[in-house]
Amino acid sequence: MTPGGGGPMKDCEYSQISTHSSSPMESPHKKKKIAARRKWEVFPGRNKFFCNGRIMMARQTGVFYLTLVLILVTSGLFFAFDCPYLAVKITPAIPVVGGILFFFVMGTLLRTSFSDPGVLPRATPDEAADLERQIDIANGTSSGGYRPPPRTREVIINGQTVKLKYCFTCKIFRPPRASHCSLCDNCVERFDHHCPWVGNCVGKRNYRFFYMFILSLSFLTVFIFAFVITHVILRSQQTGFLNALKDSPASVLEAVVCFFSVWSIVGLSGFHTYLISSNQTTNEDIKGSWSNKRGKENYNPYSYGNIITNCCAALCGPVSPSLIDRRGFIQPDTPQPAAPTNGITMYGATQSQSNMAAATPLLQSEPSLTSEELPLPGKTTLGAPCATLSLGQPTPPSSMPNLTSETVLTDMIPLKEEHDGHQFLTPEEAPSPPGMLSTGSPITHSHTLHVLSLASQDSLHEDSVRGLVKLSSV
Amino acid sequence: SGHNLQELRRSASLATKVFVQRDYSDGTICQFQTKFPPELDSRIERQLFEETVKTLNNFYAEAEKIGGSSYLEGCLACATAYFIFLCMETHYEKVLKKISRYIQEQNEKIFAPRGLLLTDPVERGMRVIEISIYEDRCSSGSASSGSSSSSGSSSGGGGGAGGR
Repeated sequence: MTPGGGGPMKDCEYSQISTHSSSPMESPHKKKKIAARRKWEVFPGRNKFFCNGRIMMARQTGVFYLTLVLILVTSGLFFAFDCPYLAVKITPAIPVVGGILFFFVMGTLLRTSFSDPGVLPRATPDEAADLERQIDIANGTSSGGYRPPPRTREVIINGQTVKLKYCFTCKIFRPPRASHCSLCDNCVERFDHHCPWVGNCVGKRNYRFFYMFILSLSFLTVFIFAFVITHVILRSQQTGFLNALKDSPASVLEAVVCFFSVWSIVGLSGFHTYLISSNQTTNEDIKGSWSNKRGKENYNPYSYGNIITNCCAALCGPVSPSLIDRRGFIQPDTPQPAAPTNGITMYGATQSQSNMAAATPLLQSEPSLTSEELPLPGKTTLGAPCATLSLGQPTPPSSMPNLTSETVLTDMIPLKEEHDGHQFLTPEEAPSPPGMLSTGSPITHSHTLHVLSLASQDSLHEDSVRGLVKLSSV
Repeated sequence: SGHNLQELRRSASLATKVFVQRDYSDGTICQFQTKFPPELDSRIERQLFEETVKTLNNFYAEAEKIGGSSYLEGCLACATAYFIFLCMETHYEKVLKKISRYIQEQNEKIFAPRGLLLTDPVERGMRVIEISIYEDRCSSGSASSGSSSSSGSSSGGGGGAGGR
């Protein structure tokens, strides 16, 4: 259907002979090649795309593969070694329930990892120019060579004053609750946090998937742990404890993995349940944006007032569509200058031939959005077409910036301290987890300091430190 | 009537663009400011413009409404581990289709005859309603837009940019 598939080969031929002749045969082909590119190929953020734009992930995906391996291996061992015994001895409902949980975990994990978290597309040159004009008027300065003071707008939402910050990368005023993820270099709506375990940001569009993932994973972990213990106990009653362990060695591995996972994952689920019921994001909670400590009149303007409505809104609210049209085709147009400040001089220079009634003349070089083909946003083909899902580049944990905390802590805490990993998003404020996580908090504080000292030693960690600083300054 | 828009693009040149920003005073729901931009003062009646923006705001409120049907959709989707999104169009997407049809209609009937063009906010990240203002290249701005069009389509019904 699309000529994009045969593109590379044609590209080689034509680019070589383009200097010799200008035969009419070439230019339409060249134009066709350029026209056939999809928007994800020129996406300005630091994301990886698979399956021709259907799947979108962060750049560092090594930890995601680790998550996958852990879940698949543990569940696989459970179904292969423990379930036969348990199905016979107790009830065949055990593998059935386990299977349903596993299916749920994988479905939600893949949806969290592969979907667009709510990335805001960058401003078109015209928009950016218009904003700059407005800001200059408001500040009373002309555009000089120095970097102007930080630009903010104030909005009153439900009686609370909220500051909207200007994002210099995306050239937009961030909507309330949006934040710029420095790891992915995108502004994300209702930004919660960047999760290396799922290899993606968690934002407005995939927060519910993320929550269902950790919730179902909690159940699955507890389920497997409980039944592995049951299995070993039942066997020990027949053949003694050591023989039981010898007969099913896989159970030991599963028990170990589950034991260490349970604390962090159940803790994380509890934390996010608290966040959902108070309608806050991890970002806001860590910064204490709506806490009473900032002032008596400080309250959360987005909360609906009662827990049930907050939960329903977060989990059962409408799913907004992706605003970045990943799989749309780039409209062929005259080349545009890269700097958006030239927007004004471009007026009148281009008239596109697009036939869409609602389209503007295309004056931008970055991905412009055509109205999305429906029902595209929800469609991530998780099946056979994704052979291109490259497993060829799993980066080792030590070389990934966002694993700084994990590599530091491998000797201090077990591997899957997922909850603590998320809390390392800011060095300045100690996270204030709710009561049930108090056991984790003293460790968290020392971990934060540890991260800062070791971060300075390795240039690979610069990214994460920058990320930490940026996140805390937002 | 689509000819009008094409004529607009061929015979008129883009003068400037106006951006109607989001109104966040009600929170993060999608609403646009109904404040009338001064640049449009000579091009379109204030009331028509405000009606268009208010209708759009109503559409978006409908799309983002949290209520019985959205709960149903959410619970059903959750129960299927969200696999149902692979084959089902969400309520939001349906409303977006309606919005895009509405904008097309408004462009054809109201805006293009006045030398204006509305861009669907979904193409601008739901941040702005971009309104392109065209100057008619072939005249001082008060003649009909199809006067020197070479497309040959009948332009008898086309109003002029300064048709008021």
